[in-house]
Amino acid sequence: MPPPHAALRTALVTAMAFAHHKAQEQTAAGPGHISWDWHANFKSGNAVAESENIVAETAEKIFADLADAQTINRDKKGEWKAPLWQALSDAGLPLSWVPEDCGGSGASLAEGFSVLSAAGRFAVAVPLAETMLAGWLLAQAKITSPGGEMTVVPASPKDRITVNADGSLSGRARGVPFAKVAKYFAMVASDPKGDFAVALVDAGKCRIESGLNLGGDPSDVVTLDKVQPAAIKPAPAGFDQARLMLMGGVARSLQIAGALESMLEISVRYSNERVAFEKKISKFQAVQHNLARLAGESAAALAAATSAADAIANATVFNDEVFLEAVAAKIRCAEAAEKGGGIAHQVHGAIGFTIEHILHRYSLRALAWRDDFGSESFWAVELGKLVAQRGADELWPLVASR
Amino acid sequence: MTAALRFDPIRLPSECEQLRKEVRAFLAEEIAAGTFDPHKPNREDTDVPEFSRKVGARGWLGMTWPKKYGGHERSFLERYVVTEEMRVANAPTRRFFVADRQSGPVLLKYAPEHIKMEILPRICRGEICFAIGMSEPNSGSDLFAAKTRATKTDGGYLINGTKIWTSSAHIADYMIAIFRTSPPTKENRRHGLTQFLVKMKQPGIQVNPIGQITGQYEFNEVVFTDHFIPDDHVLGEIDGAWKQATSELAYERSGPERFLETYYVLTELVRAVGNNPDTRSAEGIGRLVAQVHTMRRMSVSVAGMLQAGKEPVVEASIVKDIGTIWEQQLPHRVRELAAFVEETATNRETLEKQLDFAIKTAPKLTIQGGTTEVLRGIIARGLGLR
Repeated sequence: MPPPHAALRTALVTAMAFAHHKAQEQTAAGPGHISWDWHANFKSGNAVAESENIVAETAEKIFADLADAQTINRDKKGEWKAPLWQALSDAGLPLSWVPEDCGGSGASLAEGFSVLSAAGRFAVAVPLAETMLAGWLLAQAKITSPGGEMTVVPASPKDRITVNADGSLSGRARGVPFAKVAKYFAMVASDPKGDFAVALVDAGKCRIESGLNLGGDPSDVVTLDKVQPAAIKPAPAGFDQARLMLMGGVARSLQIAGALESMLEISVRYSNERVAFEKKISKFQAVQHNLARLAGESAAALAAATSAADAIANATVFNDEVFLEAVAAKIRCAEAAEKGGGIAHQVHGAIGFTIEHILHRYSLRALAWRDDFGSESFWAVELGKLVAQRGADELWPLVASR
Repeated sequence: MTAALRFDPIRLPSECEQLRKEVRAFLAEEIAAGTFDPHKPNREDTDVPEFSRKVGARGWLGMTWPKKYGGHERSFLERYVVTEEMRVANAPTRRFFVADRQSGPVLLKYAPEHIKMEILPRICRGEICFAIGMSEPNSGSDLFAAKTRATKTDGGYLINGTKIWTSSAHIADYMIAIFRTSPPTKENRRHGLTQFLVKMKQPGIQVNPIGQITGQYEFNEVVFTDHFIPDDHVLGEIDGAWKQATSELAYERSGPERFLETYYVLTELVRAVGNNPDTRSAEGIGRLVAQVHTMRRMSVSVAGMLQAGKEPVVEASIVKDIGTIWEQQLPHRVRELAAFVEETATNRETLEKQLDFAIKTAPKLTIQGGTTEVLRGIIARGLGLR
């Protein structure tokens, strides 16, 4: 099956041109954010949603052609990986968030987020999200993205990379997704004064201890001992490691929500096929209620993740409200991964516990994604501290701010 | 193939923010004037007619209805803001809430013009209270098993039978109820029920209070004995109530009242914990805030989709399912964290009293207005399972 590169690239370029045109149209129409009319905004929202769909549809078409869960599950040699990555690269998707003058496709944040939702629905096991995040991080400091697979370092709020006096980088980062297959790392590092820098680092210059996450994807330890970066620039004002963690967390939230959508779909389908006690198990009320609960968890994850993505895509300042959106998504999606994934397995019975069945591709990845860029427990503590500092009477205004 | 669930990231429009300030200012004034105490959700006087009239005078009742019936032709999202602010402040909304959310819209759709002109403006002014007559002693979730009869007579119907668990019937001026006008048919067991507008405080209606485990007396048994209802009080199709029951339910299911009923205990916990929480308290509070934020985003999303003319029926049922379970569990989660609150916390007593009440309230939250089991059946149907 030849990957439909050229056509997809054209579709993506068209989609992006359309989105850009829409954005310009809106800017020309008036001040936009400050005094917008609800109905007009609603309509333009739909227009943006349409263009997002074209980018997401491009990604989805590639996933459907080259990342079919059943095919991948049968392929013990991983031969699906190279064609998939090639098609994604040809369509410009890994560098979605990199402006054209930094070597990327120049898609909007919203468009990129919709690609991540699709990647979650297919439980895509190539470093697409990671390369997108890396490109986005480098673009913050106007560093041009090289081609090929990338990932971001650190991938946990507890790890630190430091900038030494000679401009080299040192530190240790655990749980870095796809570090082993990445050619370059995009890093956030801080100097002893606490100033942040963004750096591009050749992966070959770092020590990498391989590991696997719950879903079987690379999750590695990256150690730097006075490594000279390929490029390093000061981070823009206000940009720190937390921003990378929150952006990564929202990416993971969207992926978890996408995986839950698929788990709901395949669980419903299975329950309508499987017969026990002489009827489809979907006709048992206990099964119906379990699936209704799975739908609830899927819905909660979807709502939290898409709201957070929208908040970040439209944020002009990074305030408490945006922070709430981002961490709440990570917390709630992680909870949904556990509760929802558990139900999907329960509905499937023993077959879902086999390596041959595709369910684990979604359920285990959703669980693994909880750990990246700060777990739900970590962010719950941070959110709890923020709420306590604001005080009881400022809680509702925070929740009801938008 | 399952129909995909949708939760568009809806944001409240700017006019809502001005409105929110007005509602907060109004509520602060009423609290200052002693109309109600936001820290005492367990008060006995939940019916405050004067407050109801003031809310009506502000234009916050019938907000989405046509102006010719006293409404204000504002958006559902504006109504959403008023509802959530009242709920969070523990305002005494009992007198007007059912009429504004549910009964008014039914009348708008099915009542004859002269009834609409007579009653809707009075709802908008906050003058009248409505009850809903659905459950009977042997028919709760199984609505279509209702037996209370409406027998045709000259110029109207005679009602005989009993409604039960009828909230606010003791203070209500009207009830919208379903009565049996024909037996069910073999083909359709839902056939034979008709929706009526009942004028309360009339001969042939006896309201008997029923005590609740919270110590309150908010629901009742309503006994009808040859109570006469005129023909023009029939709402919609004779024998066809089942066709009418579904359309407005999305509004009823997904509003802020479906996850904020016990919210006050979270606020009070944050107050008791203070500015420097230990790790356990911070983690617990953080999770609860993330959860309530998510519930609200889901609920606002459904409101926005409804405003845009979409019909997110399954989404609305999901909001009620997980929203009511969340508000039911909230007092228990807060109680776990309250165990670590310092003895010296100034609001410790308030928190404990609120927790006692919220924990007693909790069991009803997944029963009233459609049980969890019924909702999950609706969701399952939406998923293509039945």
